[in-house]
Amino acid sequence: MYKKKECVAMLLAGGQGSRLYALTSKLAKPAVLFGGKYRIIDFPLSNCVNSGIDTVGVLTQYQPLLLNDYIGNGLPWDLDRNYGGVKILPPYQGKDRADWYRGTANAIYQNIQFIKQYDPEYVLILSGDHIYKMDYAAMLAAHKRNNADCTIAVIDVPIEEASRFGIMSVNDDGSVWKFSEKPKNPDSTKASMGIYIFNTKKLLSYLEEDEKNPNSENDFGKNIIPAMLGAGERMFAYPFSGYWKDVGTIKSLWEANMDMLGADPALVLNDDKWRIYARHYAQAPQFISKDAEISNCSITEGCEIYGKVKNSVLGVGVRVLEGAEVVDSVIMSGATIDKNAVVKYSIVDSFAYVGEGATLGADRAEGVEVAVVGAGVNVAAGENVPQGAMLYGEW
Amino acid sequence: MTAAGLIFSNIHDECLPELTRHRTMASVPFGGRYRLIDFPLSNMVNSNITKVGVITHYNYQSLLDHIGTGKDWDLARRSGGIKLLPPFISAFDSKGTPSLYHTRLEAMLGVMNFISRCDEDVIVLSDCDAICNIDLRDVIKYHERSGADITIVTKRVRSASAIAARQWIVNADDNGNIYEVAEYTKGLCDEAEVSTNIMVITRSYLQAILLDASAHGYTHFFNEVILKNIGRANYRAYRYHGYYANISSISGYFDCSMSLLDANVRNALFRQENRAVYTKVRNSAPTTYCDGAKVTNSVVADGCVIEGEVENCIIFRGVKVGRGTKIKNSILLQDTYVGQNVSLNCVITDKNAIIRDSRVLSGHESMPFFIGKGIMV
Repeated sequence: MYKKKECVAMLLAGGQGSRLYALTSKLAKPAVLFGGKYRIIDFPLSNCVNSGIDTVGVLTQYQPLLLNDYIGNGLPWDLDRNYGGVKILPPYQGKDRADWYRGTANAIYQNIQFIKQYDPEYVLILSGDHIYKMDYAAMLAAHKRNNADCTIAVIDVPIEEASRFGIMSVNDDGSVWKFSEKPKNPDSTKASMGIYIFNTKKLLSYLEEDEKNPNSENDFGKNIIPAMLGAGERMFAYPFSGYWKDVGTIKSLWEANMDMLGADPALVLNDDKWRIYARHYAQAPQFISKDAEISNCSITEGCEIYGKVKNSVLGVGVRVLEGAEVVDSVIMSGATIDKNAVVKYSIVDSFAYVGEGATLGADRAEGVEVAVVGAGVNVAAGENVPQGAMLYGEW
Repeated sequence: MTAAGLIFSNIHDECLPELTRHRTMASVPFGGRYRLIDFPLSNMVNSNITKVGVITHYNYQSLLDHIGTGKDWDLARRSGGIKLLPPFISAFDSKGTPSLYHTRLEAMLGVMNFISRCDEDVIVLSDCDAICNIDLRDVIKYHERSGADITIVTKRVRSASAIAARQWIVNADDNGNIYEVAEYTKGLCDEAEVSTNIMVITRSYLQAILLDASAHGYTHFFNEVILKNIGRANYRAYRYHGYYANISSISGYFDCSMSLLDANVRNALFRQENRAVYTKVRNSAPTTYCDGAKVTNSVVADGCVIEGEVENCIIFRGVKVGRGTKIKNSILLQDTYVGQNVSLNCVITDKNAIIRDSRVLSGHESMPFFIGKGIMV
């Protein structure tokens, strides 16, 4: 019934992303809006399609409603296939047990049947937490060339930040001799990107082994990788050097949005050779009025701009009305900034409304934090929302 | 009443030779991100018409590319959906030299098969040079209530310059009964109720007139069918009061495009509740406005990079505007590249046109300067 696939991707999309606070109160982190017209999950999904991987299991758990709806049949990513395509894999009730996904490894373990359907040689493990463009096919080629059992994508990070990541110590041939999860005194700057390719047989046996251990946290970084390394399996690092950003915090999400600004941006999305696909909703083109002032911005379809916008990223259908001012901010889809409102150094989530003359945030400076307005929040006219505030939505 | 749609993709191509040299009227780009066929197609889809035939004639590669499977309009269906109807030429034509159709009636005769295989009660006809966002359900309801054979959607046009030559004037009494149709010639009148060429026809009646036309060798729909049967058949006019524009020349295209800078027009076309206008999704990134860019009173699509000044313009997807460049009152179609220190005024550039650094080009509102597809200046 199913055609054999060489490589199947498993995308871990169940995370809460608790450090995004209001932005993830009603949706899973991979569904967080990014860059005006994307959601974070568009990046791994588009990377898969652009890399020729056409079978992707998306493991959902936390607040999956929007994510399920967004992914739908996979059409926007060309993943509506007769064989393969994108499949949502929620936790389920089994014959002997019903369980939530207890960890990244356990989530994959519970879906071994899904993987087996396609009888793949390799399994690619991805997460929905990062903004990056990466050719998984090149990584798979390296994996095969090295005759590896496991390949982990790594990126060079500044040594002072290395203790936030899983750090690899690597031999000259690229093989990994040591892996330490969030080490206090890192001895390498090669950080795991949370992207793994496994030989399917090896992966399945280690997952089953791990499942038998009641003390395991069922986590790839903490359990599976150390176990494989300890048993002397062939483990290689795959160096990646393009743009890559963990958007797990308000600050980093804001920064990643800003990275798409300018004529020569750090994050290039205007790239015909590596498009990032997203679900589209029919919107008119953007309109910039005769009194609008726009500089160094990224603006997308459906926007109507009558005010001043500077150093900001505007999502689909955002309205900035007369006299309003938006500076150093991320305004997500459908939000309205009413007349004479001032928004500085803020993230305004989808369909929020900032009333007439309201002020949000403060000038960006040392010690000033991003102000966040959650989805659907109504900021009353004239209200003053201080820097660093976090307004949660009701819906 | 159930309805199927029929769209004429090539009718009136000759009005817009500049933009239809490489494409059908249906695939003429409009409004930053659309093609003209998006309007009749979206009108039909939004009115629950999910079986739509598109009659093609020639130059329809761009149309095939645009429509694809029809999924962007939700018309990729197992049952119904969009059906492209290429010209039908029999190798055994009894009249000798086979030729393509010339008129609306001949076009419909060529797709008799499609029409007779429909089981819907009515067929809704639409051209592609009519730009409007109309709820066809109201027209169909009116058609049903009045027991009409044909209902023609008409629009009051209040200036002679807005009426295209050869557009049909439809005169009806207060009950909507059509008592007269006439072809418009310049100077005839300054104001008229014109046919939008959006029509609802009872399918059995359409089949009957097509058979009759075939038997008698009729070729012209208005002259030889409508005119002949006025008074005998039940022809009704449905007066439409929403925004409507007919594109009948390059300067008309220019005016109609520029009318999108008016919020009322944009609202009438694009912001109707539950009646969005769909188009092919291109997955462009958002538009980047660089430091030093100055954009005012313009409609801009996604995927552009703007470093210069833009005023009163319609900018399509993927356009690049270089530093120091000033563009005014212009329409730049997809992927136009404008270098640095360029000055443009009243210019229409077709797809992939390239304007090199420091060029100065200007047309006039009444005669915009047109730069063809892929041409480098």
